[in-house]
Amino acid sequence: MSNQIDLTKIKPYGDTLNDGYIQFSFTLPVPFGDEADEAAKILLAKMGIKDASVAHSKDLGIGYTFFVVYGKVTQTVNYEAIEVPKVDNDVMDKYGVEDFINEKIKREITIIGACSGTDAHTVGIDAIMNMKGYDGHYGLERYKNVNAINMGAQVPNEELIAKAIEEDADAIIISQIVTQKDVHIKNLTHFIELIEAEGKRDDFILICGGPRIGHELAKELGFDAGFGRGSFAEDVASFVVNQIVDRDLI
Amino acid sequence: MESKINLDHGLVKEARNHAKSIALDMQSFIDEHTTVSVERTILRLLGIDGVDDIDRPLPNVVVESIDKAGGLDLGVSYWIGNALLEYPNKTPQDIAEMVTNNELNLTEINQHSMEDIREKIFEVSKKGIQVIDGHREKREEYLKTIGEGPRPYLYVIVATGNIYEDVIQAKAAVKQGADIVAVIRTTAQSLLDYVPYGATTEGFGGTYATQENFKIMREALDEAGEEVGRYIRLVNYASGLCMPEIAAMGALERLDVMLNDALYGILFRDINMQRTLVDQFFSRVINGYSGVIINTGEDNYLTTSDAFEEAHTVLASQLINEQFALLAGLPEEQMGLGHAFEMNPNLENGFVYELAQAQMAREIFPNAPLKYMPPTKYMTGDIFKGNVQDALFNMVSIITKQDIQLLGMPTEAIHTPFLQDRNLAIENAKYIFNNMRDLGEEITFKEGGMIQKRAQQVLEEAETMLKDIDNEGLMTTIEKGKFAGIKRAKDGGKGLDGVVKKDSKYFNPFIDLMLGGESHE
Repeated sequence: MSNQIDLTKIKPYGDTLNDGYIQFSFTLPVPFGDEADEAAKILLAKMGIKDASVAHSKDLGIGYTFFVVYGKVTQTVNYEAIEVPKVDNDVMDKYGVEDFINEKIKREITIIGACSGTDAHTVGIDAIMNMKGYDGHYGLERYKNVNAINMGAQVPNEELIAKAIEEDADAIIISQIVTQKDVHIKNLTHFIELIEAEGKRDDFILICGGPRIGHELAKELGFDAGFGRGSFAEDVASFVVNQIVDRDLI
Repeated sequence: MESKINLDHGLVKEARNHAKSIALDMQSFIDEHTTVSVERTILRLLGIDGVDDIDRPLPNVVVESIDKAGGLDLGVSYWIGNALLEYPNKTPQDIAEMVTNNELNLTEINQHSMEDIREKIFEVSKKGIQVIDGHREKREEYLKTIGEGPRPYLYVIVATGNIYEDVIQAKAAVKQGADIVAVIRTTAQSLLDYVPYGATTEGFGGTYATQENFKIMREALDEAGEEVGRYIRLVNYASGLCMPEIAAMGALERLDVMLNDALYGILFRDINMQRTLVDQFFSRVINGYSGVIINTGEDNYLTTSDAFEEAHTVLASQLINEQFALLAGLPEEQMGLGHAFEMNPNLENGFVYELAQAQMAREIFPNAPLKYMPPTKYMTGDIFKGNVQDALFNMVSIITKQDIQLLGMPTEAIHTPFLQDRNLAIENAKYIFNNMRDLGEEITFKEGGMIQKRAQQVLEEAETMLKDIDNEGLMTTIEKGKFAGIKRAKDGGKGLDGVVKKDSKYFNPFIDLMLGGESHE
């Protein structure tokens, strides 16, 4: 007998279709004991989980308790109604980008990055550019045929633009971490005004990024793209190499 | 120790001789120079601390004022010593405050005789030395009274970005069985050319290394250690633009382990090589004297390069780091040379090769408390597989008798560890270390087998590499990108403007006091 899967009402599969089983592991800031187990079950009930059973609980040593709990979810998901907006170009991995450069651009490309303005936090630009990259995603310095120049923190916009012209760069990346009092908006606007005043706006692919910067905001400010939280070097690199080809900057 | 891998000791000796020659060549450059960070360190050890009204640390203010007047080549010891003679009732802190308030220009006052200045500064320096001696004694007393956990020590990190939250997580880890706690620094700190001041509750992926944060965590770990009945070691990071300063702060607050590796800064943080190699020397003198175990960063090579192809670069770097440490008076027992379990899990027999490399490191550095780093590069977010990878890592460690086990987290590559992640990691290690405690004693490796051949091959490649570096010099080798495939220019990177050629009259009292008169001046 084959079970019919109703894609308009899907549920997790434990060992039988639609049993709804989910495994949970979490910590509650209460001491180990019967009351703690009960708290875990009540929490899951409030989450809409039926028949929660604590499979394991452990004293974490400071009056906190760790749990492994199983329970059945009551909600369902309509899979057929799902639509996920996709980015314009496909994201390639490091090797894909390197092959793309070899085959379509056929020269070394130069990408200059900095935290411009007053921002002293290099965590974002380093994640994208430094050899080590971030979360196991290599940075642009590691890419073959990518000349990645990381100017670091607190670089004046004037210096960044001068360097980009001197190096005949293809793309400029600005990372902005600090957003207090909208300092990032002011700085990014200043950058665009400067590069437009130089008459060089269209010579470069302009990218900004940071935990509170999205694609939409970036476009609004006059950049070609914005990369937010969770972006890696390959996202930026894929965009840059595609733009070089699309905008005929080869 | 009988060699399980039939190690070619003649070849090890040759490799070591090359490393020694490389380090000595570099040392002659180091001895001719000082840096703004070295000078700030001397001020800190003289007791100067605090910030001015715009949060500039006083050591920075004083060094900048001397530098501006063109006097840094004589060293701050000279100028502070001179000022103390001129103002006999003032302390170094008073002098620094006068400089900060523009009440005193150190280079414009009456200059006393060199002999008097030296005598004065050595007298004041001894106070700083006494504080450090006190901490050494306290650590030894703890180890004698409450003892410590068995090796490999269980090493965990806390990285909440808030020192007070870090304390909670650290105490929990100690209760669960951790022997060593590292407080992760905020990402940007290695590139700051000053050390922030006071307790901090912010940062990215960690919080600032400050002397106050060191003190807060030290107290918490002493308290937790007394409760569980074993000494808990505290770790922080010296590497970066303030390497010797942070080493001094570690000495003054009884840190036990410090990340200390100029090559790491050069390659992975793009810090200027001249600057950081000079800084490294003094920082290691301080770490050596204060009984701190240094941790070197070779494991990082394998996060960018392949762990199988580039294993010899790790060994070559360990041998160089060993020689640099010896020149700084740091004993083998404090050399936590680094390596890592970073073989691609899809590599057939990857575990076997890893076992060979770990055993090789053990036999080449029999007295060093080797720091073994967990898998990170091939951790995927599949926490279940991750726990198995960490188990294999723990097995290699107990079989080959590593010393400092930086525990792998199943949630590596997802987030900084949750409270429960650390618990799972500790359970994993405790289970394996206890269950397989003496397995290593029972194992011999097959004559001419895969493990012996692998170790021999890595050793041969490392020896060849060291021979090349010995011919070319360390700086040229780095410029050519021989380590981790990263090229760094001798005059490139951050911090070069903080390097100063010493005057012939320059002196640093702490080098003499800490190396017991064995000066490299």
